[in-house]
Amino acid sequence: MVPLNHYLILSAIVFAIGVLGVLARRNLIVVLMSIELMLNAVNLTFIAFSRFLGSMEGQVAVFFVMAVAAAEAVIGLAIIISVFRHRQSLDPQEMQLLKW
Amino acid sequence: MVTSEAVVPAFDLLRWIPLIPLLGSVVNIFFGQALGKKNAAVLGCAAVGASFAIALYVVMQLPPAGIFRDIIYNWIESGSFKISLSLQVDALTSVMLLIVTGIGFLIHVYSLGYMGHDEGLARFFIYLNLFIFFMLVLVMADNLLLLFVGWEGVGLCSYLLIGFWYEDPNNTIAGNKAFIVNRIGDFGFILGIFLLVTELGRQGIWTLDFAELQKHVQMLSPATIGLIALLLFIGATGKSAQIPLFVWLPDAMAGPTPVSALIHAATMVTAGVYMTARLHFLFALAPATLSLIAWIGAATAFFAATIALTQNDIKKVLAYSTVSQLGYMFLAVGVGAFSAAIFHVFTHAFFKACLFLGAGSVIHALSGEQNMRRMGGLKAHMPKTYWTYVVATLAIAGAPLTAGFFSKDLILWQAFSHGAYVLWGIGLVTAGMTAFYMFRQLFMVFHGESRADSHATAHLHESPASMTLPLIILAAGSIFTGWLGAPEYLWGSAWDHWLQPIFGAAEHHGSVSTEIIVTLLTLAVVAGGIYWAYVKYGKAGAQIAAESENLGYRLSLNKYYIDDVYDALIVRPFTAGSRFLAQIIDPWVIDGTVNGIAALARGFSWVARGLQTGNVQHYVAGVLVGTLALLAYYIGQL
Repeated sequence: MVPLNHYLILSAIVFAIGVLGVLARRNLIVVLMSIELMLNAVNLTFIAFSRFLGSMEGQVAVFFVMAVAAAEAVIGLAIIISVFRHRQSLDPQEMQLLKW
Repeated sequence: MVTSEAVVPAFDLLRWIPLIPLLGSVVNIFFGQALGKKNAAVLGCAAVGASFAIALYVVMQLPPAGIFRDIIYNWIESGSFKISLSLQVDALTSVMLLIVTGIGFLIHVYSLGYMGHDEGLARFFIYLNLFIFFMLVLVMADNLLLLFVGWEGVGLCSYLLIGFWYEDPNNTIAGNKAFIVNRIGDFGFILGIFLLVTELGRQGIWTLDFAELQKHVQMLSPATIGLIALLLFIGATGKSAQIPLFVWLPDAMAGPTPVSALIHAATMVTAGVYMTARLHFLFALAPATLSLIAWIGAATAFFAATIALTQNDIKKVLAYSTVSQLGYMFLAVGVGAFSAAIFHVFTHAFFKACLFLGAGSVIHALSGEQNMRRMGGLKAHMPKTYWTYVVATLAIAGAPLTAGFFSKDLILWQAFSHGAYVLWGIGLVTAGMTAFYMFRQLFMVFHGESRADSHATAHLHESPASMTLPLIILAAGSIFTGWLGAPEYLWGSAWDHWLQPIFGAAEHHGSVSTEIIVTLLTLAVVAGGIYWAYVKYGKAGAQIAAESENLGYRLSLNKYYIDDVYDALIVRPFTAGSRFLAQIIDPWVIDGTVNGIAALARGFSWVARGLQTGNVQHYVAGVLVGTLALLAYYIGQL
């Protein structure tokens, strides 16, 4: 059986990739995907603990996260399409109007 | 007041005495334009006339030693401290009541003629009625706070009326001067009220009612009473134009002449005397303050008279004369002769109002000329004005059996019989000077050759009946009012009898023979003054046009340079200080501090706002760094 630590390390790596993606990528769609990546990294942690502790609660949480992630993806993509129609660009560094 | 505590009948009619002039004023404020200036003026006169009629009725109903009170409502109530808005009429108030409404009415009627051609006639009567209202509040108040309301109100009206012809900035400046000088006095006055309230409150008595004060004021220590009396007297020096605050009154002559007669001779300026008489029980307990009052009164009477000797402006002479006569009143107050002081207020109101109105009649006839050196010979053209002026001049000079004779003599006799011989001497000399400057004026204006220029004499005419009728009534008053207060060796004083319940029985020192000798001495001095005036100004060929060059004359003509001294010592340093505050302290120190703090905040913000880039990824990085830092911290804690 694969030990718990392996799951956690994989999860941390995937989460870190997601964080980097959110911070550094220049395309909003990729940023959105990176957020999904982070969410799924967390899901992986939930499942691993659930399995190792023999509790169902982690799995329940995962379903919630998946539901929320689906909704978020829908709204996020809708916004992205709207932004693109408006500006012909998806580079977050060009979206700096909301400041002093 | 002492004997009448048992029966204080309420009398609802009292409130209408001040209210009717107030109504007249308010109606004219809103509808004066619509009514037209003639109707507005008549309305103003009618309001005061009605007020006079009610006042007369009330005074006739008033039993000797009686007191009427009209409590309108509770004004201030806080714990045991209670001040009601209520009016009272007793013997003392009734005197002032009749002066204010009676002479006020005559002067209103006079103004119909005098101000008839003025565009601002409605405005004039608005102010005049408002003044009557406040003056009535002042004299009818049954507590010190309400008196203060009236006190300030008449000051306001005085200011408004002095600056009535506001197109000329000099008039506005004179109004400001009157207002500011009065503020200085009122500052002392209100401090006195505060001290009285808190000191009595410390004894457990929270009141400003005159009746209550009279009962409890002796609970205070003599030093406290002395200080309170002094502070209140400072208020009186402002309002009643005594040294050192008399400087505003001569300048107040910038106002229309009826105003000078009503406010600056007959009524408002006597408010200080009225106030000290109303609080006589307090002042009587402060002998040191009283003696100061007597000295200030005598000094004011003397100095103002010396200034009046040489003035050329017909109204300035009368103004300094008023200051001088007010000095007499305070001299009487100072020697404890409150009844005599109020008597002089009463008689002075008649003859001084008559003189001012007479002067107004002359000015009116000469198209605004006020310089006596350019008058003369008006006797033939204005007989009514002339003869009333003669009567009033005789009265103020103190010719036998005129009002001024009785009242001034009473004051001098009171000073003498109280042993204040120096004060009496000053008063005596002043009486001589009074006779001199008044007859000098009479001769310069009405006798001799006309020195007026053609512009002034173009419309030379006797004034209309609305002006001469008040003059005649006032001239009659200038004689007969004095008969109320005749000395014991003639037919006795109804006056003292009337005021006795308030001031207590008149004390009689000294013998009748001494009194007669003192009177004869006064008459001799007065006759000397009149004769000297005749020699200098009345005799045919007198050199009226020439002004003397000697030092005393110039000092007097220039009012001892007191205005310049005040200007140099007080006004200029004060304005310089104000300018320093306004131009240095305010923009640099105060604004500098405030703006500096603002600039500092702006500088920091300028640095800090660099953090807000608008780029979401930067914020996320910030969140990440923060999370990692927190994580590191908690891991370090483990």
